[in-house]
Amino acid sequence: MIEAPIHLYPTGPLVALVGNPNCGKTALFNRLTGSRQKVANYAGVTVERKEGRLLTPDGKNLRILDLPGTYSLYPRSLDERVTCDVLAGRAKGEKRPDLVVCVVDATNLRRSLRLVLAVQRMNLPCIVALNMSDEAYVRGIHIDEARLSASLGVQVVSTVAIEMQGDHALRQLFDDTSIWQSSAVEPGLPEVQENVQLDHERVQSILRALNLDRITPDETTAKIDRVLLHPVFGPAILVLLLFLIFQAMFSWAAVPMEWIKDATAWFSQQLVQWLPDNWLRSLLVDGVIAGAGAVIVFLPQILILFGFILILEESGYLPRAAFLLDRLMGTVGLSGRSFIPLLSSFACAIPGIIAIRTIPNARDRIVTMLIAPLMTCSARLPIYALLIAAFIPQKTIGGFLQLQGVVMFVLYFTGILGAMAVAWFLKKLTAAGRQVRPLMMELPTYRCPQLRNILMGLLHRAQLFMGRVGGVIMVLTIALWFLASFPGAPEGATNAAIEYSFAGMLGQALSVVLAPIGFNWQISIALIPGMAAREVAISALGTVYALSATDSAADTLGPLLAQQWSLPTALAMLAWYVFAPQCISTIATLKRESGGWAIPVIATTYLFLLAYLAAFITYRVALALS
Amino acid sequence: MQSLHTAQVGQLYRISAVQANALLPDCDRQLNELGFLVGEQVMVLRRAMPGADPLVVRIGMSTFALRAAEAALVGVQPEHDAAVAAGGMA
Repeated sequence: MIEAPIHLYPTGPLVALVGNPNCGKTALFNRLTGSRQKVANYAGVTVERKEGRLLTPDGKNLRILDLPGTYSLYPRSLDERVTCDVLAGRAKGEKRPDLVVCVVDATNLRRSLRLVLAVQRMNLPCIVALNMSDEAYVRGIHIDEARLSASLGVQVVSTVAIEMQGDHALRQLFDDTSIWQSSAVEPGLPEVQENVQLDHERVQSILRALNLDRITPDETTAKIDRVLLHPVFGPAILVLLLFLIFQAMFSWAAVPMEWIKDATAWFSQQLVQWLPDNWLRSLLVDGVIAGAGAVIVFLPQILILFGFILILEESGYLPRAAFLLDRLMGTVGLSGRSFIPLLSSFACAIPGIIAIRTIPNARDRIVTMLIAPLMTCSARLPIYALLIAAFIPQKTIGGFLQLQGVVMFVLYFTGILGAMAVAWFLKKLTAAGRQVRPLMMELPTYRCPQLRNILMGLLHRAQLFMGRVGGVIMVLTIALWFLASFPGAPEGATNAAIEYSFAGMLGQALSVVLAPIGFNWQISIALIPGMAAREVAISALGTVYALSATDSAADTLGPLLAQQWSLPTALAMLAWYVFAPQCISTIATLKRESGGWAIPVIATTYLFLLAYLAAFITYRVALALS
Repeated sequence: MQSLHTAQVGQLYRISAVQANALLPDCDRQLNELGFLVGEQVMVLRRAMPGADPLVVRIGMSTFALRAAEAALVGVQPEHDAAVAAGGMA
């Protein structure tokens, strides 16, 4: 991930959205700005900055800024510091907002109100958007807008961010000139130190006035929790769910994967037909199309995995899973808190490692960083999928389980087991590992996932993935094509041309080290560009074998590998990829998030050692058995 | 004084104190921030099995998972005000 510079919009008043996490702030932001958004990072920090545009009914052009969710303006985490700095006008390269919209979760007024009071002390013009007012109404929470507005001294407007016209009243309010005047009710108060007890009393009195000052049970969520958090059914459902996800990744993705394969084949056929047989054709067909096609084919599976993760996240199940796993994580010296970053790492280690900053305990952060790369990210998927499809027979065991799916599950499980073992080892090693880990995690109300949000999330992922195919992967594939094509074979050579090229020489040198774990020189070559990103190894193998082929009609990669490799080699390769830290972006993220080189160097070293060991054992055992 | 980690499941309590503890630095402040403040009503919804740790706690309009050690910092008194309890259940 590259830290993009912030582009300042030249004109228009700046409106900042502030609110607790999970208050529907981002949904409201999406509703207000539609597709006119710009996502970047704040200057100097890796907190995501989202800005969009809004045209009011009267034609006023506004810039809308979505600030990171926070419980207070007492800066503890990086996210909260950004929100604080922007509101105080201290943020680098950022104008102080002209208006703050406090997005308040109407179903959780109590906590939201403390934040509103803190924002008011910043002496900025401020209005309150009472979000999720529909859900509050369903749950029997009736909020008297006028009374709330009177006791806070600011305008209050109801919004329903997930509905088409739900932001209508707010849009109209933007045209009211009075809201742009500073509405500080208590001028002269110092902005920084919030007085917890004083604020609490004020919130209590407001809630009393609204007749909301008591515990409110949430019957529906409690009922669902009775099953999902049940000591026996809860964990059983969690395991079943994870297993289903991995089965779905295989069975649902099959058809679209065929389409992509056919399209790739058709495309290279067209090029072969229309272009003369020269180096350019070889670059396009063997380098670009073979390389990109071998990676794009896994897009359906990656989207299915992300789809499930997004649904679990939206519905509110993820923190429950963390709750269920808290004891288990405790035995290896971590808290349930580490579960969410680790689960995200199944999609990609980078967002996972970034999510680690939400863990309050410093030691837990480091341990989680060290083991996050062991979670099977979606970039490993292409490699697993390719090798499983080529080497594991497609048959059903026990009536309903697909053998291929089972092998995939075992690979994922090995990664988790490895991570647990490392964490356990670190717990035994350090005194801090035996202390009590903080948890304090909110279990949000269950919500029906919104199709729109899921689709937007998936689109974002697809763009990221295709961007990588277009950028890093393409450049490396072309570089590899060059190394593998030059110098050409000498006169009267009998072997494939690639064996005489730079890549061939390099691969043969490396294979001295890698031969004990069953890797041939083609794999050794592919691992070099594969350092940049795991899935690149596949496109590299595609290129290497396309160029090794003596006849021009190159087969698709899978069947080709099944012919060329022994089963022990394939299994050793799978074992290697469970552990090997072959991803430059992950290492770079580790460096940035840990603030030094120690963690990335330790992680890379121990993971390569584990990978070599695992591949060695797998290869030797498989050889002995076959 | 009774604390939240020994509280009965399903019984309504009122918070009487949130204590600091050297072993859990900053924990009291974080609890305050989440809404665990003196005078608030609170209820333990369930305990994880086995080991009764962590706990699921309802406070105001939200639910939190708390570790037993964290819950032990929250001093509570049983709420006898039947009218308030009944109103809350409505």
